[in-house]
Amino acid sequence: MKFGTMKTVSSVFMTFLFVIGTLFTTSVYAKDRIKVGVVSFLTGPAGGPFGIPAKQGAELVIDAINAGTMPAPYNKKGFAGATLDAIYSDESGGGTKQVALFRDFVQKQNVDAMIGYISSGNCMAIGPVADELKMLTVFSTCGTPRLYEEKLRSHVFRTQANAVGDSLAAAKYIADEYFKGKMTTAGKMYTGINQNYAWGQDSYKFFELGMKVYMPSAVGSSKPQFPKLFAGQYGTEISALSLDKAKVVHSSFWNGDWEAFVLQAMVRGFFKQKIVVSSVGGSAVDTLGKKFPDGVIMGTRGLVGLNVRDNKDPLNTWFVSEYKKRYKAWPLGPSYQYARSVMAYKLAMDKAAASAGKFPTQDQAISAMKGMKFKSFVDTIEFTRGGGHQAVHAISYGVTKYNKAKGEPEVENLKTYAATCIYPPAGVKSEDWINNGMPGRKCE
Amino acid sequence: MFKGILKDQSVQTSIGVIFILLIFGSFILPEWMSNNFMYGMSRGLAVLGLMILWRTNLVSFGHALYYGFGAYAVALCQKFFGVTDILLRLLIAVAAAGLLGFALGFILRKYREIFFAMLSLAFSMVLYGLLAKAEFLGSTDGMSISPSTFFGTELGRIALFNFIGLVVILAIIFAQAYLRSSLGHLTTAIQDNEIRVEYLGYSVEKAIHIKYVISACLAGGAGGLMAASLGQVDPDSMVLWSVSGELVFVTIMSGLGNILAPFIGAVIFEFIRTYAFEWAPQAWQMIIGGTLLAIIFFSPGGLWSLFQKLNFLRKKNNE
Repeated sequence: MKFGTMKTVSSVFMTFLFVIGTLFTTSVYAKDRIKVGVVSFLTGPAGGPFGIPAKQGAELVIDAINAGTMPAPYNKKGFAGATLDAIYSDESGGGTKQVALFRDFVQKQNVDAMIGYISSGNCMAIGPVADELKMLTVFSTCGTPRLYEEKLRSHVFRTQANAVGDSLAAAKYIADEYFKGKMTTAGKMYTGINQNYAWGQDSYKFFELGMKVYMPSAVGSSKPQFPKLFAGQYGTEISALSLDKAKVVHSSFWNGDWEAFVLQAMVRGFFKQKIVVSSVGGSAVDTLGKKFPDGVIMGTRGLVGLNVRDNKDPLNTWFVSEYKKRYKAWPLGPSYQYARSVMAYKLAMDKAAASAGKFPTQDQAISAMKGMKFKSFVDTIEFTRGGGHQAVHAISYGVTKYNKAKGEPEVENLKTYAATCIYPPAGVKSEDWINNGMPGRKCE
Repeated sequence: MFKGILKDQSVQTSIGVIFILLIFGSFILPEWMSNNFMYGMSRGLAVLGLMILWRTNLVSFGHALYYGFGAYAVALCQKFFGVTDILLRLLIAVAAAGLLGFALGFILRKYREIFFAMLSLAFSMVLYGLLAKAEFLGSTDGMSISPSTFFGTELGRIALFNFIGLVVILAIIFAQAYLRSSLGHLTTAIQDNEIRVEYLGYSVEKAIHIKYVISACLAGGAGGLMAASLGQVDPDSMVLWSVSGELVFVTIMSGLGNILAPFIGAVIFEFIRTYAFEWAPQAWQMIIGGTLLAIIFFSPGGLWSLFQKLNFLRKKNNE
């Protein structure tokens, strides 16, 4: 190469640096606007049933709070008076890619806070980085208990209770409503099909631990299935489960995986042969409509989505009717969960502003949110675990039934389990608590 | 082999460009930009590895095997032995990938063209399957990696950035020295006529094997540095076939013309991806795909050929 080339290359390179340097001057926001990144699956198998409804839930509530049209206690306009500009982003592509994007959000877009994340894998990846970059982050949906049990987090909050309660409530529902001591030991066998990653592994582990406490005579199958996340094809797993003697099948499948599983299992008569308990499959009940099998024990991870859509709480009726008006569909579990994170953030900002007497700093917002109690759509949620960063709330399960007259899916025999019944007291590790027989639980 | 290497034009240009970049990145550019340069330079090492193979007409669709192997070597050494020193991390990543490349090289050196490509893809997917299924390896969640240290003191982002820059300079010097050596010159000869090379008294399989191990080491080092700079590894972003595809993509985008090309290509790729995500969160893949199409149609020699064209134009004007 000639010296000329070297000069050309260097000058082209310098120009390139200069251009990208000047193209993106940081937009400076006054205190009347804040910028928040909202991350959910916008593409891929988790987009349709989870990510898009989640984004819509956040969007609806953000717009309403910005305009001051949301009912009490969220009727005060803005977030500590400021208008929130949301930047919606895609959660696809794995934890590593999400970490890179998170750094971009913080350092390039200069956001004031981050809200969202559905996949437990992504939350585990983002958690340490959020603390490293000192960015207030509110996780909405992900459920792995490891997030706070491995390490306390300084800048990370989660408005969604973890998988322990979902699994314990499922186990309790099965023990109370189905096994009731009238069956033989062989009839009381259970198994599961769960995705092979943090959420699926934890969900089945705690379901199994819960069954051992609620119904020690019931036996777990030796062959629970753990297909890969986003596998999409479950022929072999369905065969294996069908041949298994266990009658009860626990599943924490979510996203397109759950819909694929339901469709593939249904044609083989799986739901007539087994009692299926799903901790998070509510989204498919609406998307599949009357094709969805009756008699599936369905959880929605809290008092959200399918199990509470007829609840008459004013906040809930407002949300359901506005959501249906704007998006022509029922709000699903993730819509509620994302909306709830936005609401918690708003309340914390307002609270911090009130005590500071001016627009709050991030540290003030964090100390306001720590241990905060806030009104959700149906119930009240408290950040009482994980050092005041992890919320707990009640969990409900019901049985699916398609209402032919109304042309809409419904749930019957709904049971709600209080947080004190299915979560360990603050500072106690879930696994130890369950293994010790859940001391101090209150289940009224 | 290293005689007179510092007088080599490409090496001088590369050192100059990276030096400027390091100064800019350390003092002027905002942190997100130096992040992207850091990722780009790390990924560029793996692309350089692919380029070295490519010059013998060997296209690997499974280089994420070494990339991911290096990254996971770093993650596992932290998990089980608490290794966080950046030098050790780099060494471990390179050595692990090099050993794996050496072992697999015995099989792969016998194959050419599509068979080579598909076989390397198959090996990478075996590793993916193992990682995705094994719970103690983190399954699809992967593992997070704590910030690197350097002889006991924690390394800041800027220090890490400079460290990666220096590694890239060393890699460029080494790779150029290799390409200029008689082993390296065999590259084109093998591509032209393998039988003739054998008659000259060289072992084609051995030459390819050495090349393959070098390429694996570069990819492994890339994975290790990427893991250290991102703070997270997971099979979907490190080992899946689409990651190998990205590496091939960047190689095509960069062009094979120069030793610096992979790094420029990889950095540009990081920027394209950042903006694609920001501007079109629902269709970012389309922008990346569109870029590749545009390059194949309008500049089949890669971005590097654009630089050469500029130079060519200027010469004409001077005449």
